[in-house]
Parts: sequence; structure tokens; C-alpha cells
Amino acid sequence: MIIDFVLLLLVVVCGLAAVLYKNILNSIMILGAYSLLMAILWTRYNSVDVAFTEAAVGAGITTVLLLAALSRTLVEEEEPAAPKKALFPVIASISRLIPLGVVLLTGAVLVYGTLDMPNFGDPSAPANLHVAPYYIEKSHPETGVINFVTAILASYRGYDTLGEVTVIFTAGICVIILLRRRWS
Amino acid sequence: MTEQVIIRTVSRLMIPFIQLFALYVIAHGELGPGGGFQGGVILGASFVLHALVFGIKAGRERISRRVSDFFSPAGVFIYAAIGLLCLLGGGLYLEYDRLPLIDNEITASQLGIYGIEIGVGITVAAIMVTLFFETAERGDD
Repeated sequence: MIIDFVLLLLVVVCGLAAVLYKNILNSIMILGAYSLLMAILWTRYNSVDVAFTEAAVGAGITTVLLLAALSRTLVEEEEPAAPKKALFPVIASISRLIPLGVVLLTGAVLVYGTLDMPNFGDPSAPANLHVAPYYIEKSHPETGVINFVTAILASYRGYDTLGEVTVIFTAGICVIILLRRRWS
Repeated sequence: MTEQVIIRTVSRLMIPFIQLFALYVIAHGELGPGGGFQGGVILGASFVLHALVFGIKAGRERISRRVSDFFSPAGVFIYAAIGLLCLLGGGLYLEYDRLPLIDNEITASQLGIYGIEIGVGITVAAIMVTLFFETAERGDD
């Protein structure tokens, strides 16, 4: 139990550090560590398929792709331009606080929303009563596949997965159109 | 980075095993965690690692632009073609139990799922390779 809190704390620290660092190279490295910590957390929650994806995509390929993108730009973040002298300094300082208020309000509403949520892994939670029992009982006899995450993704939600593969393919085509220099 | 002997030696030893593991993840998605997407990402990452260590040019010699451009749509094509085969067998689109020429419905379903996982893996691997090379390759080198 204590390890969950330690992991969550490290995730928050990594998230804050990634935002606060001015050097983007550091931020990318910290995001990789963040993804690896998230992968460990997913494993703790018994969702190994998600953990696998997080470790391969989040910690692995995304870090490299961000580094490759960084090779086309500058490593250091630029200082924001100095704000102009406001006509009414009081109003300007108040308007600068508005975003903080919006963020705090949204956060408070989200925390309020979690109060009604069922406990983690509660078998009587609505999410576990709707289609989950059907998949757990029927996916193996119906599809012949033991891992029912694969059964749902490939068989019951086959259209969605086809769409996802098409999305990935389209993303690759867009990158080729935008970035390919020499059409040799 | 190309002069670092430890990185070169270790990655030369590791890359075949990473690729073998990627194929295992694609093929083993039925039985354990993983599947086409994760395996494809690992397969693509092995080529990216090769290019990072031995240079973009050496990487493009291993997996040329033509190869990655060919395999990117090939996976989607395999996926969609399996769906059409199910139509030929008298079922609905992507209804794997109706794959033609296979009597047992469960075997047909398993084969169909294997097939689309392989398709997903091919496209994802090729697209990951494409994304990396197109971003990292500069017009001047």
C-alpha cells in the first residue's frame, strides 16, 4: 500500500518537474521516467496490457520521437516577453489571477466528483456489472482467445481497432507529407 | 554517438533479441499481455535504436524508405482484407468465425485474430520507423 503512495508522489513530482524545467531535454527525460512510473502503477492495478503499452509507447518511442523533434528546434525554452505597462495595474493583476481561480474551481469540482465514485475494484460498481461479466464468461468460448483484453480489442471491438490502425497510418502519411524533404 | 564502443556493442547484441521479443509479443497477444500494437512499437523501436546508435544513414540502409513505405499500408490492408474474407465466407465484416475454408469456428476466430494482430503490428512498426526517420532526417544530410 505504501508503495502506491510513493509511486503517486513520484509521478506528481515528475509531472511538476517536466513543466518547470526550462531545458526541454531535461523535460523529455523526466517525461520518460514519468511514463515508466505510470507503467509500474498500472501493473500494481493489474492492468498489464495498459502497463505494457505505457512502457513501450510512453517511456520508449515517445521519448525518442520527442528527442528527434527537439533536434529540429532549440533545447532551451525562451523567456516570455516582458509584459507591457498596463493602463490600469489593478485590473491587470486581477485578470492574471483569473486562470488560477478557474483551475482551482475545476480541480475542486473534480475532487467533489470522485467522492461519489465506487471504491477501486469494487465488484458491485456499475462498470463491473454491465458488460464485463459477459466478456469474462463468454469471450473464451466465443472467440477461442484466453486474454480477454485481446478478445475485446480484436473481436468484439474489431471495427474500433481497424479505425485505430487507420488513424496511426494516417498520422504517418501526414508526417511524410509535411516533413519529407527529398522525394528521391 | 557513433564512437561509443559500449553502446555499439551492447545494442548490436540486444537488437536481435528485442526484435525476437517483439515478434513474441505480437504472436502471444492471445495468451498474455501484449498484442499487435505493443509488439509493433517494440519492433519499430529496435530499428530506431539501431539508427540512434549507428547513425541515420546506416539505419536507412537496414530499412529503406521504400520498405517502410511499403509496409505502412500493408498492415492496414491485411486487416481490411481479413474483414472482406469473412464477407466471402458468408459472415459479416470482421466476423472471424466465418472465415472461408476453415470448418471449426473457434479455429477460424483464432486465426482471424492472429491475422489482424499481425496486420496491426506491421503497420505500427513501419509507422514508428517512418515517424522517427522523417523527423530526425534533415534535408541537408
